[in-house]
Parts: sequence; C-alpha cells; structure tokens
Amino acid sequence: MVIKTIFSGFGGQGVIMMGYLLATAGMYEEKHVTCLPSYGAEVRGGTANCTVVISSEEIASPVASEPEYAVLMNNPSLFRFQNQVQSGGTIFLNSSMIESRPIRGDLEIYEIPANDLAKQLPNNKVSNIIMLGAFIKKTEVVSLDTMTHALRETFGHKNPTIFKSNKTALLLGYDYLK
Amino acid sequence: MRGNHVVAEAAVRAGCRFYFGYPITPQNEVPEYMSERLSKVEGGVFIQAESEVASIHMVIGASMAGGRVMTSSSGPGISLKQEGISFLSALELPAVIVNMSRGGPGLGNIAPSQSDYFQATRGGGHGDYRNIVLAPNSCQELANLTYEAFNLADKYRTPVIILGDGMLGQMMEPVELPPEVQIKKLPHKDWTLTGAKGRPSRFIRSLILDPFEEEEHNWKLMRKYERIIKDETRWETSFMDDAKLVVVAFGIAARIAKGAIKRMREEGQKVGLIRPISLWPFPQKAIKELTKKVKHFFVFEMNMGQMLEDVKLALEGNGEVHFYGRPGGIILTPLEISRVISSYYYQKRLG
Amino acid sequence: MRRVFSRPKSLKKTPFHYCPGCGHSILHRIIGEVIDEMNLQEKIIGIPPAGCAVLAYFYFDIDMGEASHGRAAALATGMKRAQPDKVVFTYQGDGDIAAIGTAETIHAAARGENFTTIFVNNGVYGMTGGQMAPTTILGQSTTTSPGGRKERRDGFPINLSEMLAVAKGSAYIERTAVNSPANILKTKKAIAKAFRVQLEGHGFSLVEVLSPCPTNWKMDTLEACKWIDEVMTLHFPLGVLKDITGAKKDGH
Repeated sequence: MVIKTIFSGFGGQGVIMMGYLLATAGMYEEKHVTCLPSYGAEVRGGTANCTVVISSEEIASPVASEPEYAVLMNNPSLFRFQNQVQSGGTIFLNSSMIESRPIRGDLEIYEIPANDLAKQLPNNKVSNIIMLGAFIKKTEVVSLDTMTHALRETFGHKNPTIFKSNKTALLLGYDYLK
Repeated sequence: MRGNHVVAEAAVRAGCRFYFGYPITPQNEVPEYMSERLSKVEGGVFIQAESEVASIHMVIGASMAGGRVMTSSSGPGISLKQEGISFLSALELPAVIVNMSRGGPGLGNIAPSQSDYFQATRGGGHGDYRNIVLAPNSCQELANLTYEAFNLADKYRTPVIILGDGMLGQMMEPVELPPEVQIKKLPHKDWTLTGAKGRPSRFIRSLILDPFEEEEHNWKLMRKYERIIKDETRWETSFMDDAKLVVVAFGIAARIAKGAIKRMREEGQKVGLIRPISLWPFPQKAIKELTKKVKHFFVFEMNMGQMLEDVKLALEGNGEVHFYGRPGGIILTPLEISRVISSYYYQKRLG
Repeated sequence: MRRVFSRPKSLKKTPFHYCPGCGHSILHRIIGEVIDEMNLQEKIIGIPPAGCAVLAYFYFDIDMGEASHGRAAALATGMKRAQPDKVVFTYQGDGDIAAIGTAETIHAAARGENFTTIFVNNGVYGMTGGQMAPTTILGQSTTTSPGGRKERRDGFPINLSEMLAVAKGSAYIERTAVNSPANILKTKKAIAKAFRVQLEGHGFSLVEVLSPCPTNWKMDTLEACKWIDEVMTLHFPLGVLKDITGAKKDGH
C-alpha cells in the first residue's frame, strides 16, 4: 500500500503543517512516511505545496507524479494539481476560497468551506486543520485518534490552548463530511 | 525530521561544537538549526560568515584547535569552499563538509541534482588529493553517515564530504538519532595548536618548498588514501541473486531506481541494484566482481554521466554499460525510470 | 660575565632568511620579545600568511598554523572562538590583508573578534617579486605599475587601518614603523598593548607596521628607512587610530 497526497495553497494557509501532521500521524502508526515541502524561490508569493507519501513498505521516491489525493486550499492550487491526481483519485477543496471546479469527471470531489467553518470558532486560523479532519474521515489514511495524538505532540508542548483549538477544528472537519 | 535538521542534529551528537556557514538554498535549515542548537551546548560556536570562503577557513582554524567542526553549503558555495578544502587536505585536518547539491552549472537552480559528483570525488580544489565522499539516500542514512563522517575525519585527519541533494535536505522522514558522544572521551589528538604548554611548539603548514619533501608529503597522503580505499569503501546491493542487468545509482537516484526495480521484478524482469555509498573510495572491486555473473550495467544519475566514468573504470571493459541521466534538477518517478530500464532490458534480449 | 643581549626564547635558533634591511626580521624579534616579556609562549598561537613571512613558523618557537592567502582573519576567528582562553595573532602583509583578505579582515573587525593582527605594510608584493600592492602609493614604481602608480590606471591605495577603525567591533588600531630605533620601540609597545587588549577581551586589535623593503623598492637600507619617514608616512600617518580602552597610559 502506497498513498500519496499533495497539499497545496498560499503560503500562510498552513499547507506544510497539514503535510507535517499527516506524516507524523503516519509515523505513529508505524508506517513508512516521507514529507517533501516545496522550498526556496518557488514558495515566495506563489503556491506552497507539500507531498506526503505513506506506505507499508520502504518508499522509493518522496515525489508523487500521480497522487491519490489532493487537498487544495486556493484557486491556483486547483489549476496546478487537478490534472495530476490519478484517475479515480480524490480532491478535497476549500470551497470558501475556490470558486472553480475540476473539469475532469473521473475524480471524487469533496467541498469543505473551511474558512467559513473556521469563523464559527474562537481561533479562526485553523482552516487547514478543518480540511485535515475532513481528509482523514474520508480517506482513513490514519485514524482520528492518531491524528489527535499528532496534534498534541506538535502543539501541546507549546501551548495547551492552541492544541485545544486545533483539536476542535479537527473534529469540526471530521464531522462535516458524513 | 527534515533532512537538513537531521544533518545538524547528528553532527552535534557526534560532538560537533563548531559550525561556520553562509546561507544558500537548499541547505539553509542547517545553519538555522545550528545557530539555535549550538547556542545551547557548552562551548558551542556558530558563526554566519561573510562568505563561503571565510567560513571554510574558520573551519580550518577550529580544526587546528582540535574541535569537531562542520560547514555546509550547496553547489556554488561549495565551489567557493574548494580553496579551503584543498588546504584541509594538505594540512591533514579533519572536517565535515555537507553539500546539499542543486542544479548547475553557474547559479543553475535550487532543484535537487547530482551534478557535483566530479567536484566531490576528484578533490575539487587544486593539488593532488581526494576527499572521502559519502552519499546517503534517506534521512536515516543522513543521520548515520554524518555521525560516522566525524569519526572518519578524525581517524584519517582528512575532510569528509556528505554529498546530498536538495530533496534529501528538504524532505522529512522519521529518524532514529544516534546517541550523543562525550567529547572528553573522544580519542586524543596529538597535533593540535593549543599553545606550547609543557611540550615543544608545533606548526601546521602546507607550504613545502623543497620538491623532494613535497613529493614525500604527497606520497604520505597517497598511503593514507590507500588505507581508506582498503577499509572504508561502502556499498549496498539489492535484488542481485539472479540479476541479468545491474543498475548502478547513488543517493536519491538509487532510491528511485530501487522503486523502479521493484516494479520490474513484479513483472518478472531480472534486474538488480548496486548503490555506492562511499563515492570516494568508489566500490570498484565490488562492481568488477559483479561481472562474473552479469554483463549488462545500467547507470542512472541525475546529471549527464559523471559516476558513469567510475563505473567504466571499474568494469575495465568487462560488460556493457548503458547510461541514462537527467540533469538540471529533474526528478524522475520510479515508474518513469522503470520504463527506461525496461526498454533497455528487452532491447538486449535479457527477458 | 653579565649577558646583556640574547635571542628571545620564543624565537628558534634559526637564522632569518629575509633580505638585508627587511623589516620582518626586526618585527619578528620584537614580537618574540613581547611574547617573552608577557609570558605568553605557552598560550599564544600565531597565524603566518602567504607571502615573505610564510616561513615564520621556522623562527617562532610557538604554535603556528599557516593560513591561505588572505584568510588569516577567518582562520584566527575559528581558532580563537574554539579556545577563547588562548592568545591568537595573525601576521599579514599588505597584499594579504588589504587585497585578497579585505572581506575576511573587515568582517572579523566588525564582529569584534578578539584576536590581534600584525599588519606589515611595505607597499609591494615582496615574495612574488615586487608587484603593485593595494598600499602602493601614488607615483611608486613596481613591476606592475611601471612609471609609478597612477590613479586613473591603477586606482588609489587603500588605507585599511582607517577603515578598520570605523568598524564598531575594533578595539585598538595603531600605525607604527620599524625604520628607526624610536619607532621600533613604539612598535614594540603597540604590539604589547594589542596583546593586552586581547587578553582583556576588548575585541579586535591591529598594529599596522610600515616596514622597509629595500630589495623591491630598489633602494639601500638607509634610503628605504628615510623614504618611510619622508614619503610613506604622508600617505599613512603614524599614530593611534582607535583605542576604546580609554586614555590609560601604556605601562609597558
């Protein structure tokens, strides 16, 4: 089993953090993981993206030419990655920010109004975590428990309230998709 | 952990207390990590130098003083450091130099590439010398080899180069970090410049005007290099049992090739892999040895064919060599490279 | 019999190879004297340059580590940071410090690196045969400024010490000469002061020494010493350029 996921959005939308959390959670489930963020001049002002590979065996390449999943946070990301996702793959799109829809008919699409959902929360800078919640609900790449654990390990030692607000966001996204 | 952070943390655990560097993508996380980490260890020194040239000479200074010391850079920066690397070799000083290489020549780009193979393995600077060059292919190996590099550098009093690439520096993988060494327990160095207290004064120099003396110095280095070739050549083979075609690749390219070979094996193609881990010393004997069973070799590199020359030299005409390279920072997927290898496999009627 | 004059113990029993009338021999000796008098032989490390003084490690009986051309300040930075309790000095010529090593030197001074530089200014590249140096003064003939240095063709000389005095991290900068007994004594005092500035941890210290090179200047020794007084000091005036340690009188 090899699952490749691309996360993409504007710099500052927490794209790298989504990838990092998914890779961390995969690691806790004792899978092989790689996480490759875009870097350098590429990320200045443009889209930032991050590729996560989770596998039951040794990973050959951290680059995914045909990912199973894409989590897209803004319009440019949709244009850049909609044609890369493999046939039968799934796109999770942040419908608060993305007006267009993929023209391909062979993909499963989930729309999550992440920014609007985030506005319901006291800390509204968590749209990425909402997307992540919806993502793990549908893909079951990692369990909700493991992801919560990854959140705690990543944020808990800095500030318990940040962990709490992220956990709320994760659940909100998780429960948003039925 | 991110590859660049892994290098830095492994270095500190190996006893590195001195880091001198200069920013260049895609290795900036090394100096960033070091600036924070070394400020928290006793005796730790971090300096962001005014240039790569200055940083490598700061390395020389700290190495003369007996410290475990490291610098890191990428392509263009490593070119600037060559002056100091030549001096490190001549002065017989240990140091670890990390190259997270990028596309070249010139400024090139910041995408991962293997175009600095010649520069690393041929010495790179002026004069007749070699560097130990280690080429990891994962974050875990990055940790292990960086750690080991400090031991090799001290053991042979020679610079050791870690030749990674932009992808290895940027990617994150789970890593088991090596234990922290106790600096006081490291082997004593009897050549350092620490002030001539209770002993005759010492000097370390590379200017040897007498040609006979200089020749002897060169032979001395050569004898050392021969010891290194004998004892420190590293490589790894996989899928070799019944292989009819052997892929030769290093670093991240070898990892991608391995993924390709797995696919090909599933389709019944008998392809094996040899991955040089030390690029100098190059596993010449190991490759020559393979020709007893295999006649076809496929060299895959993310450049225009540099290690290829070493493979040909190793084969000494025994066996047919085919090369496929992608320079400029292109990263092939296992699927893409498997198609290329596969077509060669059938072309040669191996299956 | 009372011995009134002998070789400093921090110098080896090796005769100098320097040309007759060269300032290096004098400077080596007074540095040796200062090391002896300040009892530094067991804790000092010298960084000789590329250039005429590259063989300094044959003369000084102290630990010495050779630097590549121009990089002494970087090497000294690494050396001193690795062992802050030691005394570190570089010994550099004008080409070394003011041309190829300008960046290393200025940045070491700006960072306030706590080592000492002895900057020997004789206005030519001595070892390579008398080419124009960054400190060759206007009108001075060298093998690469035939007919005398011209500003249009060769550019102006650099007053490096003045530039270094501007750097926030430099603590003590003085320019002296070794062309007369009085100046030699002043140079010795300046070097002792520079080492003291380092021992007290004030930051970067430098003594620029105008030094005769009769061979490449194509003069005899006396002419060369006179030329320093009459011509060179007009462009490179002697004196303290910076001293942040206060007006403490030198007690040396």
